[in-house]
Amino acid sequence: MNFWSRTARISVCLTLIMMVMAILVEITPLGENPWMRVFFGVSALNLTLRAAIPLVLGALSGILCERSGIINIGIEGMMLAGAFAGFVAKSSTNDWPLYASLLYSVLVALGVGGLMGLLHGLFSIRFRMDQIISGTVIIILAAGLSSYLYDRDAISAGKFTPIPIPLLSEIPVIGPVLFDNAPITYLALILVFVVHFAIFHTRWGLRTRAVGEHPRAADTEGINVNRQRYVNTMMGGMLAGLAGGFLVLEAVGQFQEGMTAGRGFISLAAMIFGNWTPFGALGAATLFGYTQALQNEFLLAGVTTIPRQFVSMLPYIVTIVAVSGLVGRVRPPAAIGKPYDTEGSK
Amino acid sequence: MSESAILEARQISKYFPGVVANEDVNLSLNSGEILALLGENGAGKSTLMNIIYGLYQPSAGEILVKGQSVRMHSPRDAIDLGIGMVHQHFQLVPVMTVVENVMLGSESVRQGFLDRERVSKRIKQLSQDYQLEVDPTALVEDLPVGIRQRVEIIKALYREADILILDEPTAVLTPQEIEGLFSVMDLLRKQGKSIIFITHKLKEVLRIADRISVLRRGRVVGEATPLEATEPGLAAMMVGREVMLQVDKKEAQPGKPVLQVKGVEARDDLGEICLRNVELQIHAREIVGVAGVQGNGQTELVEVLTGLRKLDQGTLRIGGQELTNKNPREITDQGGICHVPEDRHAFGMVAGYSVANNLVLNSYYKPPFANGVTVRQEAIEQHAEVLVEKFDVRTPSVQTSGGSLSGGNQQKMVIARELSRPIQLLVAAQPTRGIDVGSIEFIHQQIVAKRDEGVAVLLVSSELDEILALSDRIVVMYRGSIIGEVYGKDATRQQLGLLMAGVKSTLTEGLD
Repeated sequence: MNFWSRTARISVCLTLIMMVMAILVEITPLGENPWMRVFFGVSALNLTLRAAIPLVLGALSGILCERSGIINIGIEGMMLAGAFAGFVAKSSTNDWPLYASLLYSVLVALGVGGLMGLLHGLFSIRFRMDQIISGTVIIILAAGLSSYLYDRDAISAGKFTPIPIPLLSEIPVIGPVLFDNAPITYLALILVFVVHFAIFHTRWGLRTRAVGEHPRAADTEGINVNRQRYVNTMMGGMLAGLAGGFLVLEAVGQFQEGMTAGRGFISLAAMIFGNWTPFGALGAATLFGYTQALQNEFLLAGVTTIPRQFVSMLPYIVTIVAVSGLVGRVRPPAAIGKPYDTEGSK
Repeated sequence: MSESAILEARQISKYFPGVVANEDVNLSLNSGEILALLGENGAGKSTLMNIIYGLYQPSAGEILVKGQSVRMHSPRDAIDLGIGMVHQHFQLVPVMTVVENVMLGSESVRQGFLDRERVSKRIKQLSQDYQLEVDPTALVEDLPVGIRQRVEIIKALYREADILILDEPTAVLTPQEIEGLFSVMDLLRKQGKSIIFITHKLKEVLRIADRISVLRRGRVVGEATPLEATEPGLAAMMVGREVMLQVDKKEAQPGKPVLQVKGVEARDDLGEICLRNVELQIHAREIVGVAGVQGNGQTELVEVLTGLRKLDQGTLRIGGQELTNKNPREITDQGGICHVPEDRHAFGMVAGYSVANNLVLNSYYKPPFANGVTVRQEAIEQHAEVLVEKFDVRTPSVQTSGGSLSGGNQQKMVIARELSRPIQLLVAAQPTRGIDVGSIEFIHQQIVAKRDEGVAVLLVSSELDEILALSDRIVVMYRGSIIGEVYGKDATRQQLGLLMAGVKSTLTEGLD
């Protein structure tokens, strides 16, 4: 099977090494070295996960669309739309019980993300627009609308807080990193497994892959190519919306203009680096998340030997290096970016 | 209408914008027979089959399956009616396994998950029943074409099709593989399946069909049985006039060597070695045919000769000049090479350009067409008028866009451009692919005429008949190497077929 791609294996190995190092740092004298704490402390790992979650969701969004043959460069916009929608929903239901309001806001973020996905689907399937242009339109639309409609006095009160899982959360290192998180984080990790199994082991997944690789073959087997693509693009939009919801409702608690800050694009890189597989994307997102965590850890530890600006560059440099050089041979779905209709493509 | 007709098409017409693909076509397929549908490229065979398979909607007419009038809105409906199709261009997803491809669209699911096990068992069963050996867990992209075709047939049988449409199934096979396919078809017929067999090859029709329908310009122009039909008769019916099945040419008088390829090694786009120690020499006044199953390095060989692909090792000399790893323009100019590319749309022409501009794609920068940095349109058009006349390119005017011509005329346009300057080597790859018989005849004559003028010719073709008809000498490529060489007049299909399959027989020994 192709899901244990090379990149997925590399990423999993890196994650394991980090975990082992973190345990060593925690329980052996290794932890007395400040550099070790910066690189492998529990807080570095916690920050890694927190930075990785929106990237994971964004990459899954990309996988759903692109596996069906629709390029999704608009993840950034769908994410921002989801974040803004979540914020509006939350700030207008501050008087509801906290969890009802948060849940409602998550649903709104999902819904608006899905609508953005549908819009992308309409542009690229119905109107056969260039999918890169359509994605760009989505990004600009989301940025423009969210900043125009943003009410600077609105406040969203409260956000998701960590729910430790009994017993598991008491394991040293692994517990506080993996099993003491807020709901969307758990959900995102579960979704990696769900999307993986859905893509490789269900009827829907088989058809998705077929439509993205060789739509004509799918068509000759009686599969409605464009319907499959609509469904996938919408679901992809929903996941990107959820990533936006995560930023507002779980990570920050407020909306800021342009708060996605390129995460949609880094998600895209994670998707490519992970060779369009969920676990590959998880690994890549973790790697990118780690570089962001390091940036914070350096600042917190007061490291001044390396200029701050260089540290801030780290996530982007790693992204560029990963996508350009390290990737090796990744293979996008063959029919990606090409509109399909039965009689036209004779 | 006969009692036992399992499938009938009545008065089927199909119009595409500006094109009549089918008109008033009547066709009936009896239970348990093989009906050959014979016609040239572009005669409307594939369109008709796509209608029967529910991919296209007919503009008029009706289809009856087992006596019932049916309307098919998608292939799903056809599959449910027991119609299966093996497409000319295989409809298989390369990155998926055989199992996944077979079940696509008719998935077997257990508790929400794909039941690969069960499908795999069923495939093995079908493999056994119909002599269609295939490994269910293999990735399709790793399989050779012959096996991919088996997967396609299994796919149809898995859906319990009892009407099978085979669209040009022999086009991609070696002669031995074709025999294998015929015995499978025979077996299917014995088990009560009904088959529509589409082809433009007369020998095959006479060999396997029970009945023959001939399609020309979208209409059924005749019916026959193999007993009463003859090759020339069928050919005339297919083309609408008498055709020459043989190419008229004199014995070759090879002169001095023109092309010398020594120890050439090259890699394909994925970085795999695709040419291994290729040695080839072509003399003036000689046509050398390159036979082989597609994908055995022929494409890359042509690219190496024309400068489109770099050599890792070896040398390329044309007319005594060292031209190894020169760029295409240097090779064309200094080597006097002309290239008829195998994919005319991708490499041979610019569809949006006028015929006139297409005819100067390799000379627009030289006088009289260029005047410093500007082009001289009137010179280009005068030049075009002459060539269009000489090479019988049927076009409303030289300003017409190249893309709007028929396939045959596009190809004649490409040939006109390539042959209309002084050359010493002609490299023709699939020069007659997908074009009408009239154009094929014309192009063959042009190639032979060039040879007689003293040009060395390299002809690459996947049509064995074409290779046999034109070549003075034939080399066979297998997995990137030249595995054998025979003289054109001594060559037989069997011998070439074995070589194409990688079997080096004793027949070819003793020949240098």
